[in-house]
Amino acid sequence: MSIKLTVNGESRELDVDPDMPLLWAIRDHLELAGTKFGCGMALCGACTVHIDGQPTRSCVTPVGSVAGKSITTIEGLASPAGKAVQQAWIALDVPQCGYCQSGQIMSAAALLGANPQPSDADIDAAMSGNICRCATYVRIRAAIHQAATALAAPKPAGS
Amino acid sequence: MYARYLEEASRASGSAPSLTRRQFLGLTTLAGSGLTLGVLLPGCGSAGPGGGAAAAPAAPLEMPFVRIAPDNTVTVISKHLEAGQGVWTGLPAIVAEELDASWEQMRVESAPAKVPMYQNLAFVPLGVHAQFTGGSTAVANSWEQLRQAGATARAMLVAAAAQQWGVPAAEVIVSEGVVAHTASGHKASFGELAGSAAKQPVPAKVTLKDPASFRIIGREKLPRLDSRAKSTGVQQYAIDVRLPGMMTAVVARPRRFGGKVKSFDATKARAVAGVVDVVEIPRGVAVVARDTWSAKKGREALSVTWDESAAEKRGTAQLLREYRALGRGKQAVTAAQAGDADKALMHAVHRVEGEFEFPYLAHATMEPLTAVCALSADKCEIWAGCQMQTPDQAAAAAITGLKPEQVFIYTLAAGGTFGRRATPDSDFVSEVTSIAKATGGKYPVRLIWTREDDITGGRYRPLNYHRIEAGIDKDGKLAWRQRIVGQSILIGTPFEPVLVKNGLDPTAVGGNAAEEYDLDHVHVSWTQAKVGVPVLWWRSVENTHTAYSKEVMIDELAQAAGEDPVAFRLKFLGKHPRHAAALKLAAEKAGWDRPFPQEKGRGRGIAVHESFGSVVAQVAEVTVTGDRIAVDRVVCAVDCGIAVTPDVVKAQMQSAIGYGLSAALLGKITLTDGHVDQSNFHQYQVLRLQDMPRSVEVYIVPSTNAPSGVGEPGTPPIAPAVANAVRAATGIRLHTLPFDLAAARRASA
Repeated sequence: MSIKLTVNGESRELDVDPDMPLLWAIRDHLELAGTKFGCGMALCGACTVHIDGQPTRSCVTPVGSVAGKSITTIEGLASPAGKAVQQAWIALDVPQCGYCQSGQIMSAAALLGANPQPSDADIDAAMSGNICRCATYVRIRAAIHQAATALAAPKPAGS
Repeated sequence: MYARYLEEASRASGSAPSLTRRQFLGLTTLAGSGLTLGVLLPGCGSAGPGGGAAAAPAAPLEMPFVRIAPDNTVTVISKHLEAGQGVWTGLPAIVAEELDASWEQMRVESAPAKVPMYQNLAFVPLGVHAQFTGGSTAVANSWEQLRQAGATARAMLVAAAAQQWGVPAAEVIVSEGVVAHTASGHKASFGELAGSAAKQPVPAKVTLKDPASFRIIGREKLPRLDSRAKSTGVQQYAIDVRLPGMMTAVVARPRRFGGKVKSFDATKARAVAGVVDVVEIPRGVAVVARDTWSAKKGREALSVTWDESAAEKRGTAQLLREYRALGRGKQAVTAAQAGDADKALMHAVHRVEGEFEFPYLAHATMEPLTAVCALSADKCEIWAGCQMQTPDQAAAAAITGLKPEQVFIYTLAAGGTFGRRATPDSDFVSEVTSIAKATGGKYPVRLIWTREDDITGGRYRPLNYHRIEAGIDKDGKLAWRQRIVGQSILIGTPFEPVLVKNGLDPTAVGGNAAEEYDLDHVHVSWTQAKVGVPVLWWRSVENTHTAYSKEVMIDELAQAAGEDPVAFRLKFLGKHPRHAAALKLAAEKAGWDRPFPQEKGRGRGIAVHESFGSVVAQVAEVTVTGDRIAVDRVVCAVDCGIAVTPDVVKAQMQSAIGYGLSAALLGKITLTDGHVDQSNFHQYQVLRLQDMPRSVEVYIVPSTNAPSGVGEPGTPPIAPAVANAVRAATGIRLHTLPFDLAAARRASA
């Protein structure tokens, strides 16, 4: 059975078991490796993608359930909030091993997309599902605040 | 403790050897023989008024640790695994400094598996000639080697420029990646000079910089070379490798440690769509499929009968009962002895005692163990986040019957390790090689461990039990008696003959009080527990438990003596000036001299510990609400010698604090009848963002000593600092990890 979905703005067609988690469809069949496997039970957030803009754990989302939907992975992250988050991540050297960071960034981008000026409590709530064993949490908090500040700043003239 | 072992061994054998000039020259010549074609790129030959460099063909300068390419990039060849600890920034920084490169032109790549060229020099004095990353040695053992490499490349660029421009080499200057001669106005980039530099003789001797003139080393904020790739999803890990025709495998392993395959029925597994092979390997049964999902479904359908006759069937409760009995028994190996601890304790003016229990801990790296293997008749290629390339190469050679030099290891960034990827028997690399062999090399195969495989897979920080009696005699002398009971990490591995002396495993007892305080009367002993649960080094190894019991007991003794915890410790740190300095710096920055707010449930604690050549002191501030412990603030001081990349040092302290806090507040692996009780993050809980202290401040003790480790030494002090803060807040002693305040209250009632 063929499943049609939109991934990073492109129409894609998959001929896989509809029960296959979206994570493995993305990684093994669409060959987009930026989305990571961490637990397979929606416990760690490493597999976070956006489905119609909502942060979603792809490891427990059957690919058949997202037919016709629009999926954004780290490779296609292009929203202003997403870009601001990535820039802050790089500027503050957030990543260590880096493995969980695609998921962290997807969660942070969704947070800032919905709430451009999050409080510490908002950040705690939005990011509590994303585990980082390198415990880069101090810098994740700082980078989210920095990205929020950058988003709020007036755009330079001419841009 | 092996940091101390290494220092001693190093002193005994003179300085750690580096590559001989002959080896170095041979490699240079070999590498210079044409990896890149000598093509002169139009328009790229000239920079500056002289432009003489345009005459030379565009070719790289290739050396074992540095490649300067015609495109003006400088690539440092990292013999160490990047697992988050920052070696892909620290090692290039050392080279860039001596080379006078600009940071923007620096690149990094992994070295191939090759000894002696890429061996870890820290272990050479012990007779270990292996390429591996561990013991927080990456920067420390590379320090002289990479300074030499950078200075040598610089000298060859200078010689090439002097020759082309016809000027004295002494007048050629190098700055920010540009080679220049002021008087004549000649100027060239590294890339332009690389080809001619490769033809220069390798200097026999180079002069290293005076550390006072360092401008890259020690720079407060040197951007990590891997941040962009790791923030955009393009960093490649072993799990991301895709080869044409590659299959994915998962392995069904025994449910109890020590179990073996008796028989299996693959009929249903083979019927799963996508499954291509089911093969037995020494560690279980591998299901190979076209994708990960099919492999997992195939494994679920697989029926295996296990032979558990030799399997470990005890549970944690029984093990701890046995450990407590062993802790009171006579059978033990002495780890440290001085004075007369028994007598001094009998006459102590102030005396405390305690029993401590530390659980098994899983490393739980975010990238589960993964490796890819492509096997042919005369070649075995492995892609993995390898931490021990030489043993891994040997293991793959033994399995395939190939020679080690026919095994090619491509070391990729690892999604965390914390020690897990350094198994003396190369567990996951052996497994993938065994699967490739069992399937006849028909296709490249990728092995993935699921999270459940990881959490239940053993290789844990060992379960430990400590008993301590500590006291102060009438003359103010410190007396200490301690028994440690736990499994050995080293005994039974290839490291045993090298590191185990007189039956004592240094990775079981290092960092105990005898090593860290001035003790007049001390007896520390160790009893090896024999358990079938595989154990391994876990970020800071034995210091995860020895620092804890030491720093909690010393704090309780200060309290018994009615003295300030900082002042009390300083009395016994006369022979440990680096400990004293770090302790004072942490205390000063935390405002220790000011009274802590006397609010209900709030408390402040301190701890100091040396491991891997570095000393770290931490002050923790906590708020206890009911039975919940919140860590509000941590102030950390670290003496790691010269801080090559201070922001990476700070990141490692932040990381180690979070990792240690995770273990202190949440981490435990338990067993029931030999079965692991936890399987995934819902049961093996780890620290999440909301539990990370809001404020983590890191201060670096200024030093002119050569660099020492930073990956691990930040971990040991955090748990005792928090325990001491909780005791200050509540009066409750926490001697069992992870912290369970309700249980501790019941025990003290």
